Amino acid sequence: MRTSRTAVRYTLLVVLGLVFISPLVFMLITSLKTRGDATGFPPSWIPNPFSTQAYESILSAPGTPVLRWFANSLVAALANAALVVVTAALAAYALARMEFRGRNLVFGLIIATLFVPPVILVIPNYLIVGELGWLNTLAAVIIPTAASAFGVFFLRQFFLAIPEELEEAARLDGASPLQIFVRVVLPLSRPALATLALLALLANWNDFLWPVYVLFSPEMQTLPAGLSTLQSANAVRYDLLMAGAVIASVPVLVLFVFLQRFIIEGVSRSGLKG
Amino acid sequence: MRTTPVVAPGDAVSTADAVDRGPRTPRRGVAKHGKATPWLFLSPYLLLFGAFVILPIVLGGWISLHRWDYTLPGRPFVGLDNYQALFDPGSTIYQTFWSSMRATGIFTVASVPLLLVLPLLVALVMNQRFPGRNLFRAVYFAPYVLGVAVVAVVWRYLLDANIGLINYYAGLLGLPDGTAWTTSTPAAWVALVGVTVWWTLGYNSVIYLAALQDIPRELYEAARVDGASAWQQFVNVTLPGLRPVLAFVTMITIIASANMFGQSYLITQGGPGRETRTAIYQIAETGLRNFQMGSAAAMSYVLTLALMVLSVGIFWLFRERKG
Repeated sequence: MRTSRTAVRYTLLVVLGLVFISPLVFMLITSLKTRGDATGFPPSWIPNPFSTQAYESILSAPGTPVLRWFANSLVAALANAALVVVTAALAAYALARMEFRGRNLVFGLIIATLFVPPVILVIPNYLIVGELGWLNTLAAVIIPTAASAFGVFFLRQFFLAIPEELEEAARLDGASPLQIFVRVVLPLSRPALATLALLALLANWNDFLWPVYVLFSPEMQTLPAGLSTLQSANAVRYDLLMAGAVIASVPVLVLFVFLQRFIIEGVSRSGLKG
Repeated sequence: MRTTPVVAPGDAVSTADAVDRGPRTPRRGVAKHGKATPWLFLSPYLLLFGAFVILPIVLGGWISLHRWDYTLPGRPFVGLDNYQALFDPGSTIYQTFWSSMRATGIFTVASVPLLLVLPLLVALVMNQRFPGRNLFRAVYFAPYVLGVAVVAVVWRYLLDANIGLINYYAGLLGLPDGTAWTTSTPAAWVALVGVTVWWTLGYNSVIYLAALQDIPRELYEAARVDGASAWQQFVNVTLPGLRPVLAFVTMITIIASANMFGQSYLITQGGPGRETRTAIYQIAETGLRNFQMGSAAAMSYVLTLALMVLSVGIFWLFRERKG
């Protein structure tokens, strides 16, 4: 009885697992096929022959500078994550530990924007970014999305859980609020900071709508916007499209495999409100 | 020590401030910080927050009152004309806008129940202890880290009517093998909803799972002692324990579904015709391709208002059943 229940459970889990994994495996396999093999029918799970043609051809095509997209994505995601963590940590510390008039108002306003649908920001932010001269530059995908309400909420919760005595001791030794923040609070908060940085990195690396519209020349695009360009240029060249998709996936999948604890932890925390 | 409750803007803030104004005795005679210090810490965040969150919300309203064409020099004030056009069946924009709202509505109604229930089932299974649990959790979550562009490009291929894996396996199982997943409705809706479930199931599951693990085991034990069946335990212990998280997940899932863009943009290109072109897709095209920003801003206000009404309704629904 007990063993058969276990068998049923594992069968279900494995079947479900295959549903989630096999499209990714098939993406990788197709990227290693030749042009004809990729559009052959019936679709096969083994490339015949194995070929790196698709990668060679998208890496050398002038209209689709994949390496440039990769570099753009990397710069944008790292810069955005750094900006998110620094600004959110400073703000969260003030909101968690300092007493000042208007604190509840500021915090309430930030939390309220967690529930503002992003669609309302698209048109006016395009104008603001245009006024700043940032259209078609990486600044457009680094800076406007850096004010993370989730980041402030998440880090404030974490700071509130740190025993105040440690900061009190540093204060008695004559440390300034900034020194206390940098030398006492930040080192204790490494896991939370890493989690927030990773979530920001992923969100920026994967962002789609905004880059599609604000980065219009091919050499300025990030990978997701580039994939869209690649798709419009090669509608049914699935070998090329899957190679592009693999290039866009590998960095985040590697991050996920090694740091999944932080990522899953961060996501699961986002539900524990109030 | 004072705890800071989460407050809505304008809600009970004045009383909290009144408390702040009272004389404070610095602990152990050491001043905690100067008056400007909290604002210095807040300023980098508030600069970004003000410029790219608060200002746009206000500016959007201002733009929506103008015939604001990015490519033309004059931006005449037109009052509520942009809104009137959206509600005037005789105007050209009426058809375009409401067909996109309809697409958003169809997608939201079809996807949200699945995105609430399926992840809960997965989380309930994952909440039991068994070897390999973390591995399965990671596998189910993996698509979410990929982002919509990769997901949509891959599924555009799998859903290809002629050479895609989906139709191939459907044929092997004796099902219709020529479904035009990306160029006909309702198949396109099935495809868009299915891809979205595949992509985001793990996200909601992880949130549910964390909440399930917070429900005290003693409650289940007490229910079992009282002779409650598994179903009764679910209804009387699990669901009440999940209520706050359920409310939160419902809200974020509706907002996410109502902002669906990438799947439609890359898998169906909004087609057939404009049937799967969602409201946010239409807003982006109207405002950022055709540069009719006044009209697009009015559309985003109408969509946002609709979503806020919906959110209030959901909060009310989850409140009412309390106690």
